[in-house]
Amino acid sequence: MTNKSNAINLEFNVMKDDFSRAGEASSKIKKILTQLGIVSSVTRRVAIATYEAEMNIAIHSLGGKIEVTINPNEIIIIAVDNGPGIEDVKLAMQEGYSTATNKIRELGFGAGMGLPNMKKCSDEFDIVSKKGKGTKVFMRISLDSKPV
Amino acid sequence: MKLLNIIKEIDLEIIAGLDSENQDNEVKGVYICDLLSLVISKAQPQDIWITIQTHVNIIAVSTLVDMTAIIVAENMEIDEETIAKANEVKIPIFRSKLSAYELASRLSRLGI
Ligand SMILES: Nc1ncnc2c1ncn2[C@@H]1O[C@H](COP(=O)(O)OP(=O)(O)OP(=O)(O)O)[C@@H](O)[C@H]1O
Ligand SMILES: [Mg+2]
Repeated sequence: MTNKSNAINLEFNVMKDDFSRAGEASSKIKKILTQLGIVSSVTRRVAIATYEAEMNIAIHSLGGKIEVTINPNEIIIIAVDNGPGIEDVKLAMQEGYSTATNKIRELGFGAGMGLPNMKKCSDEFDIVSKKGKGTKVFMRISLDSKPV
Repeated sequence: MKLLNIIKEIDLEIIAGLDSENQDNEVKGVYICDLLSLVISKAQPQDIWITIQTHVNIIAVSTLVDMTAIIVAENMEIDEETIAKANEVKIPIFRSKLSAYELASRLSRLGI
């Protein structure tokens, strides 16, 4: 954790297929926000957004990381991974669209709601993906945003 | 209603995570679903979550949105890892042979 000019920066690595640790990064982020006294409606948004980002990296990517910057008026979340990237981002953003395998679905994943959830929780949302390269999701959550 | 009172009224098998502190936590609502992305966006703080998912990820889902407890329906087998994690983070997990519907009906009769 580093603290530069009133901002707190957190960084968590997320490994591919690491289900036993899946949810750890988002749980740690939530704990820190709670300790910092961030209002619970904002903490809820961040918890949902980082959880979905973490699971997508663990399930669909080759591994990556989640960076969280806590500023005095907003929280910035950046989730990046090392590939394989998303062919059709517009399709991936649709509610219900999922390429999750049956094995993964049996564990309760694959509703195709992760990316829509992230967008819903953000005041600003952006996703850039390049096939063969990787995916980057940017989310900004304002500290005075309404409950979801 | 306090969690402890629910345990007294409904025959729930105590699996993990319950302690003298969280047994007094309030249960304000019930949420039933097995798709984790729906659960995390729709379950509310202080809900009790009825599910047949038993993988360790249910612990993160429940604590991230501040649910009070998890009830595993239909007597599903619960992963060792899930039990260990529930004890570590102190989220109560119960099990019942009842279906989600029967559990919800009983909770409803208790006024939840
Ligand atoms: N980081 C990623 N790398 C590669 N593909 C991804 C990534 N994130 C999402 N996708 C693709 O986009 C689809 C939709 O993602 P989304 O999170 O909305 O649903 P899901 O992960 O399949 O199911 P859920 O999140 O509801 O459990 C995924 O099935 C996958 O094909
Ligand atoms: Mg997802």
